[in-house]
Amino acid sequence: MKIKKNVAISDSGFIFNPDTGESFSANPIGMEMLEMLRDGMDYEEIRKNILDKYKSEKDTVEKDYNDFITMLKQYNLIENDGQKDD
Amino acid sequence: MEKLRYERPLIRKLESDMPNKFGSRTEFLPKTHIDGIAVKDLINDYGSPLFVISEKNIRETYQSAKKAFTTRYPKIQFAWSYKTNYLSAVCNVFHQEGSWAEVVSGFEYDKALANGVSGKKIIFNGPDKTEDDLRKAITNDSLIHIDHLDELYTIIELADEMKQKPRVAIRVNMDTGVYPIWDRFGFNYENGQAWDALNKIMRSGKLELVGLHTHIGTFMLTAQAYGTAAYKLADLAIGIRNRYNHKIKYIDMGGGFASSNTLKGAYLPGTDTNPTFDDYAEAITSALINSDFEPGNLPLLILETGRALIDDAGYLLGSVISNKRLSDGRRNTIVDVGVNLLFTSFWYDHKITPAREFTHYVEDTVLYGPLCMNIDVIRENVSLPLMNKGDQFVIHSVGAYNLTQWMQFITLRPKVVMIGSDGKPYLIRESESIESITAYEKMPEHLKSFKL
Amino acid sequence: MTDKKTIKIAVTALNAIDSPGPGVSVIRGLREAESFDVQIIGLSYESLEPGIYMHDLVDKTYQIPYPSSGTSALFERLRYIHEKEKLDMIIPNFDAELFSFMKLAPELDKLGIKTFLPTVKQYEEREKFNLPAFGEKYGFNVPESKAIHNIADLYSIGSTFDYPLVVKGKFYDAGIAYNIDQAKSYFNKISAKWGLPIIIQEFVHGTEFNVTGLGDGEGNTISAVPIRKQYITDKGKAWGGISISDKEMLDLTDQFISSTKWRGGFELELMKNKEGKFFILEINPRIPAWVYLAVGAGQNIPEALVKLAMGMNPKPFSDYAVGKMFIRYSWDMIVDLEEFQQISTYGEL
Repeated sequence: MKIKKNVAISDSGFIFNPDTGESFSANPIGMEMLEMLRDGMDYEEIRKNILDKYKSEKDTVEKDYNDFITMLKQYNLIENDGQKDD
Repeated sequence: MEKLRYERPLIRKLESDMPNKFGSRTEFLPKTHIDGIAVKDLINDYGSPLFVISEKNIRETYQSAKKAFTTRYPKIQFAWSYKTNYLSAVCNVFHQEGSWAEVVSGFEYDKALANGVSGKKIIFNGPDKTEDDLRKAITNDSLIHIDHLDELYTIIELADEMKQKPRVAIRVNMDTGVYPIWDRFGFNYENGQAWDALNKIMRSGKLELVGLHTHIGTFMLTAQAYGTAAYKLADLAIGIRNRYNHKIKYIDMGGGFASSNTLKGAYLPGTDTNPTFDDYAEAITSALINSDFEPGNLPLLILETGRALIDDAGYLLGSVISNKRLSDGRRNTIVDVGVNLLFTSFWYDHKITPAREFTHYVEDTVLYGPLCMNIDVIRENVSLPLMNKGDQFVIHSVGAYNLTQWMQFITLRPKVVMIGSDGKPYLIRESESIESITAYEKMPEHLKSFKL
Repeated sequence: MTDKKTIKIAVTALNAIDSPGPGVSVIRGLREAESFDVQIIGLSYESLEPGIYMHDLVDKTYQIPYPSSGTSALFERLRYIHEKEKLDMIIPNFDAELFSFMKLAPELDKLGIKTFLPTVKQYEEREKFNLPAFGEKYGFNVPESKAIHNIADLYSIGSTFDYPLVVKGKFYDAGIAYNIDQAKSYFNKISAKWGLPIIIQEFVHGTEFNVTGLGDGEGNTISAVPIRKQYITDKGKAWGGISISDKEMLDLTDQFISSTKWRGGFELELMKNKEGKFFILEINPRIPAWVYLAVGAGQNIPEALVKLAMGMNPKPFSDYAVGKMFIRYSWDMIVDLEEFQQISTYGEL
């Protein structure tokens, strides 16, 4: 699961996909997840980081993470290299 | 280190469009307390979902409506519309404020009597008054508003039989420039039906014609229609005086005033556009004052407004059950409040706010109720903060019609709490139990047992 | 030479697109004002409104919430903008937002922000569905109109209206329907966007003319410029027009202003039928997008509007150049992504 390399993510929460010309905005936790995905972290690491920092539960984070990934795929922001969900 | 408050991750495509009615509404200002009591505590103590009524709000709204009329017209009487909300505690707040009772069935009539309203101060409206209902109303000297000729004949017969002179009015329907015309109730003004009924009453000599009544529609967004209606009733009253030398005692303008809710399909929110009590009062009273009544001899003006007096006093508290996505990627949120409790969600885009602070990030969502039925939609499209399972919210302005039209369907109905003027919560209706439903069922002997 | 006063004015409707809002034209008028200098604060709803990026016209832009968010959300935002900018005046230019600004006008005045808008009564009387009553009250020819809330009502109006008829939205959009199927299609399309009611209007054959003008709220005409639109786009918007001299139209405009005591800018949409009779088709309660033609013809309506609001007693215009034309054109600006990002994420640029 990797964010496409040329997607521009700015600190303000503004995301730009130069391949399609589309722009997006994300909330702070969304931004953190994007950064972690970009750094190549897998789900286990991301979940741990989120739960270390925020008051939440494993099930909630897992459900929200999967939903977030679904949206990233729908928006074509994920590298499409035939790789299966990890 | 204290952990931070979690919020679900959100990514949203930026789309550019010119303003249209689907523009995002900022509904994320939280409603954390009702009359000083935390929503969280109310749900904790009484469960979710929960109806909450503010006594303070009822009294304040009533006083502002009363002021709008009494500052413009000498003789005003309100009559509480039972069908809008007939929880006895609610009715009694209105009765304490001075409202008579306005009922439309034998059941409501008995409820008003049981609440302690004198028969003389009950207005009996509606197309279905049984002979027994009418007998009772005549015995108690109530104000009977006749809806159709069959009822008129029955009352004349009963007057003969009971050797009493019932106090009656007729309901009049008319063209006020607002469509559809509510011409299914009462007698039409323009085509002469109203005069026909009035002539029958006056010539029978057996009834005392005390008033004229109309109720021109519901959720009326133009105050001026009431001016037209008041003018037409005044015209009838003056005609009766001229023809029979008989003075009617009151003009009853019914109800139908809009509350602050936003009707589905409206572009601007109801709080900005709907007429105020002052607007309605100005239209009605100036029509009466400018009619041909002698200035010192104006009839009593009766108002049966229900919705506008109680809607804003009612809140429905609930909790999020789950978040999902529809197949097209749209967010949907399932909550524990369904159309079984919130009948008015068929008419309004109810204002919904979270019960605690969230960040300013919002997501468009479809809000579904908990029923396993496709019609169970509370809002087709609403921008809400990123609420997760268990988060609580407040639905605003639900005081009118929901507590009378709610359904026992699929699930049981929850508790209703009134927050008193003293700031304390009072349980005014218990939640239902399975016994409250099955107690009325009968089981034939041969169906009592089975083997599976 | 005395120093000219600088007035800070917020202007909405920066969408100078193919169905343009009047904001950019209003700003051009203000920039050319002789009696004062201006600083312009743009108020936008969307990130792609061209005016946001026209830095020679607009000094700074803030996004504001949609009218459908309600006046309290709008007021909060305006108060925030006022804290930063110390506005002297706001000129709202969208039909759909006018009601909200009219409601807020007293509150804005308390903050020291002037407006010069029609009264709620004036605004409501001229609403499309009130047009027949308006015509009767003030003695104008108007087409028969009726507001409907339900698509089924299209069947029952057949007795009052002949086809073709005009199907109009509460704020914007209209279509000419030649049969019930077309009428139904317009009903659905327009109501989905602008809500209910939908207005059904008698179709008047003839030639269309327009007048823009300005009333001082006391019944006096400060400005009036009649034009004929020369080219109309498929969206029904003028792409070219010419100022004309027509005594009858000017008299009609005077009569409109004096009888209603109209306050603020407006546009009259008129139809002259075969017999030479003028019908009022629509009264728009704000300055039209083609107002720059009036400026070019010698009547700077935006400037006069500001003077009225600021108590500077503008002298009524007595003349304008006949035969001045406007020809609209589109212009591709080059904008950096950073600017778009700035307005999209922070709501300010």
